[in-house]
Formats: sequence, structure tokens, C-alpha cells
Amino acid sequence: METLTLSQAQPVERPKIKEKYDHFIGGKFVAPSSGEYFDNISPIDGKVFSKAARGNKEDIEKALDAAHAAFPTWSKTSAAERSKLLNKIADVIEANLEMLARVETIDNGKALRETRAADLPLVIDHFRYFAGVIRADESTISEHDENTVSIALHEPLGVVAQIIPWNFPLLMATWKIAPALAAGCCTVVKPAEQTPTSIMVLMELIGDILPPGVLNVVTGFGVEAGKPLASSPRVAKVSFTGETTTGRLIMQYASENLVPVTMELGGKSPNIFMKSVADEDDDFFDKAVEGAVMFALNQGEVCTCPSRILVHEDIYDKFMDRVIARTKAIKMGHPLAEDTMMGAQASNDQYEKILSYLDIGKQEGAVVLTGGAKAGLNSGLEEGYYIQPTIFKGHNKMRIFQEEIFGPVVCVTTFKTNEEAIAIANDTMYGLGAGLWSRDAHELYQIPRAIQAGRVWVNCYHAYPAHAPFGGYKKSGFGRENHLMMLGHYRQTKNMLISYSKQKLGFF
Amino acid sequence: MTERKRVLITKAAEEVIDTLRKRFGSELMFHQSGGCCDGSSPMCFEKGDFKVGSQDIWMGEVYGCDFFMSADQFEYWKYTELTLDVTPGRGSSFSIEIPMGIRFLIRSRLFTMEEFEHLEPVKTGEEVLGET
Repeated sequence: METLTLSQAQPVERPKIKEKYDHFIGGKFVAPSSGEYFDNISPIDGKVFSKAARGNKEDIEKALDAAHAAFPTWSKTSAAERSKLLNKIADVIEANLEMLARVETIDNGKALRETRAADLPLVIDHFRYFAGVIRADESTISEHDENTVSIALHEPLGVVAQIIPWNFPLLMATWKIAPALAAGCCTVVKPAEQTPTSIMVLMELIGDILPPGVLNVVTGFGVEAGKPLASSPRVAKVSFTGETTTGRLIMQYASENLVPVTMELGGKSPNIFMKSVADEDDDFFDKAVEGAVMFALNQGEVCTCPSRILVHEDIYDKFMDRVIARTKAIKMGHPLAEDTMMGAQASNDQYEKILSYLDIGKQEGAVVLTGGAKAGLNSGLEEGYYIQPTIFKGHNKMRIFQEEIFGPVVCVTTFKTNEEAIAIANDTMYGLGAGLWSRDAHELYQIPRAIQAGRVWVNCYHAYPAHAPFGGYKKSGFGRENHLMMLGHYRQTKNMLISYSKQKLGFF
Repeated sequence: MTERKRVLITKAAEEVIDTLRKRFGSELMFHQSGGCCDGSSPMCFEKGDFKVGSQDIWMGEVYGCDFFMSADQFEYWKYTELTLDVTPGRGSSFSIEIPMGIRFLIRSRLFTMEEFEHLEPVKTGEEVLGET
């Protein structure tokens, strides 16, 4: 196909992956109570590469038993000790980065250059960040008057449930596990059914670092394992990343148990390019072009995928010519080949869904500027899930501008004024990410403030450092991951209100 | 002119619904999701398991199952005819067909102006609950 650029390098060797993996419960690998396993298909070639334990309510109960048994001790383990163990986990992952990056690529389908340079390094740093913040973390004390003191002390919530998505299997698990363990909680983790393997390979490496029962992982299907976990009266909190219907269902269960939840439910992020971007053809202009093409990172399977380009009409031609050329230069190919820039979509149903959106976009009258079809790769990749990076031109009321396609698809539209840019940016149900690109110092502050989103990247995009709070406005959810604020979502406050006065009040 | 349905279904999807009805021994319902990961996919539950309310739109019955969508999402979807289909694939979420190794999927087509004017009226989830 003329728009397709292909990788040339040979795929690197696959690490040894076991035929099947059990659950990880109470510090050891435990066979599923049903004895059943399900196939894990690699998106690279559509072939089964391992099996995962098919968890059910009984397995979830076992994991909750183990977590509850571990909690009394873990919750009282010193911050210094918890920090040391989190650092140890980070060190072990760092020593095995290359192997884990390859497994992650096989499990998820994303290009190796991303798992090597983004997923795994971020996992490592995230554990270190939470190992660090709990050493500096302090509770508060206030003297209300000379005889009355209020102590607000953090206490861990207890045993928590964490449901992980498939787009960054190890990183999203880390975003949830690291703060929970740092806060002193024990956790039962349910990975996504598309990507149940890489986390089990990780558990083989780090499983014996933590006391048994502190971290448990049960694989399986949502209805069979996720539901009994999310609805269990034995969990003190549920953390979920995914879509809105399941988010509501989990909140419904949480309302029955009266427990808190944090939710990250995606977005339809605007990436706004102001007129001044094209004032010069310099490094910054080049960076902005790359910023627009960031929609293809992780094959577009990112909750904050910059899936709407809003560009000032005066610079549309100059800017988009460059964006289209850069998109056409994206090398597709075997995800384990080192020069592949974009890999496979994570599953067949995801692939079919993206194709259905390419179809609806065309029906709605959007113009395909590049891509617009499956990629149809050969050399053993015929059964993999490859889609061409696609740019549509249209308007913001189209469904492709409003719904999260979760694929390498971006929709571009133009604006005339700052007010119009803000109005289009905010005309969405969601508010997770946004990008603003400008050389104007006033716009750089005022426009991000006017955008209803939890994260606005200013003159950059798709950076996810620990120490920068990440979470949604509107229907994108609530809670702030990636930051010490997340500790607050895994703890409650014990207030001790102390009187040092020996005198009675005189009421009775 | 008879009222036109908003949600249609393929033969393959009907067969999956038959299988699930037998397996779960109950009536089923659908709620169209939005957002990330498996968002934009229809979720199938045992009838009543997902609580709908005043902010949900009932888009009609498909093969005997109520089909809902959140009201704000419906504003963008109302111009399209939906067809409930099924594809092989490993989805996640609590949708009950997933252990079968298949996933319900929505295919869409824009209504013509004439079709759009003769559509079956919608109700809120709250109104539907009031009828039963």
C-alpha cells in the first residue's frame, strides 16, 4: 500500500514464556480452583503464546483471605521497610528490563522501542517515586487552643481491589500497586483478560520480595473474577481504569458496600495548535508536528490519545502537510523489530471496532487525509491486528470526534479564534488530557486554564512522569494517580482530638 | 409509515443471545459503553444487573433485550442506526459473552433524513423501570 512505511529489521528473540501461568496468591503460584486456563493470544500474529488461569469467585476469596491475613502486619510495617521493599522491586525490574519489555510487547502488541523506552522505565521510576514520598510524608497536628490538640494521622484503608486495563499492562498495574503498597494497603489485582501474562512474569521476579498476601494477582474474565472482586464486601476500596459502563457498574457495587472508588475512564483529548506555532520553521515547529503525530503512540490505545487536532485555520496547510508526511513515515512491522515505530492493536475485537469507526467516519463525510484502512502486513503477521495510522478531516459533532476509538486515528478540524478553540476543546463528555501549543506567553497560561481536563500538556504531549498528578474531569473519572495525592485515596484519616485540660466543661 | 427501529441485530448476535439466555437462565440487557479501553462497545448483562436511571436512554428492544445508552452519549449517536453484531476476540469488561471468546460489537450507519423522521420514540431508563 502506497501510504505504508515498513520496518526492515529482524525481530529480536522471544524470551522463554511458560505454557501457562497460575494465580499469585499468598506469596505463591496457585492453580485455579476450576482447573481451567484460557488462551492468551499475541496480537503480533494472532497466535496463542501462553495460557492464563481462569479465576472465579473461589479464587478471589482465597486471594482476599491471604490479603486480610497479611494486612495487620503490613499496615504496621515501618515506612522505611515498605520503602526499601518498593525500591527492591524497582531494582529487580531494572535488572530485567529487556526481558520484561519483550514479554510486554508479545502480550500487548506494542512496539519494542516503546516498552523499552517508556513502559518499563516508567514502571521502575514509579516504584521508586512512591518508595521516596512515604519517607518524607507526614501527618498533621494543630493546636486549637493551649489545652486542645488535634492530630490527623494517616491509616491505610485495608484490602483493596485493583482492576487493570490492557493498554499498558505493567505500567497501569504499577500506577495502582505502588501507591497502595506504599500507603500500607494489601491488594488483590485483576489484570485485563487480553494481557494476563506479563504481570505473571513480573510476579515470578518480584513475588518473594513482599511478605505473602500483600500483593495478590488473580487472572480471569470480568464477569467471573472481576465482578466477585469488585462487589466483595471484603474490599475497602476499588480502583478501576477502563470504560464508562463498567465504571458505573463498579460504582453501583461500591454503593452497595459503601466503599470509595477511583476511576479513570478515558477521554477524547483535544490537541490545540495556535497560529503562532507556524511563525517560524524551527525546532519548535518540528516539535509541534511530532506532538500532533503522538496520536499514533501505543497504536492510539491511550486514554489520553490526542485524538482531536484543533489547528488555527491560517496555518492548516503548512502544519497539516508536515503532520501528514510525518504520519506516512511511521514504520509499521513486527513489534519485536527494533525499528518498528507502531505495532499491533491489542485484540481482534479492538481491531474490528477501530475498523467500524473508520467506516462510520467515512459515512459521516469525514475526509481521509492518510491511512483509513487495515495495514495488511505479511511475513507471518497476516493474522495480527494492524491498522494504518489514520487522519480524518471533519467537524467536532461527528461521532469520530466524540467517541474514544482507542486506535491510531486522529480527527482534525480548524478554528478561527481562541474562544472557538476552547469551545471545541470542551465540547466533549470527557476531560482527561489536552494539549496546547503556542509561542504566546498569555495563551500558554490562559487557554490551559479554560480547558476542562485534568491534564493539559503545554508545548509537549504524552509525558507521564511520576510527581505530576494525573486524572480526569467530567466523565473521565476521579482520583489523581501518578502523584503522592494517590496515597490519600488509599488511606483514611484518624483524627485524635486531645484535651490537656483538667477542668470539666460544666454541662453535667 | 411504520416506526423504524434504532437498533438492529445480526443473525450471529441473535444466536449468541440465545446461548447466553440458556446459560444464565435469565433475560438480558445491553448498555452501550463509552470511554477508554473497551469503551464504545455494547455491554451485555443479565436483565436488571446494571441499574439504569433518568440519565439513560432506552433506544428500543433488540431481540427481546432492552438496549440503553447514557443520555449525553445518545446526543452524538442518535443520527446513526446501530446493528448489534458479534466478532471473535478477547474483550475485557463485565460483559457476559466474553468467556466465550467473542465480543458484541456495534456497526453503525447514518440514517437518511426521511428515516430519521420516522424513528421509534425513545424513553429514559427511569420511564422504562416505571412500566415494569
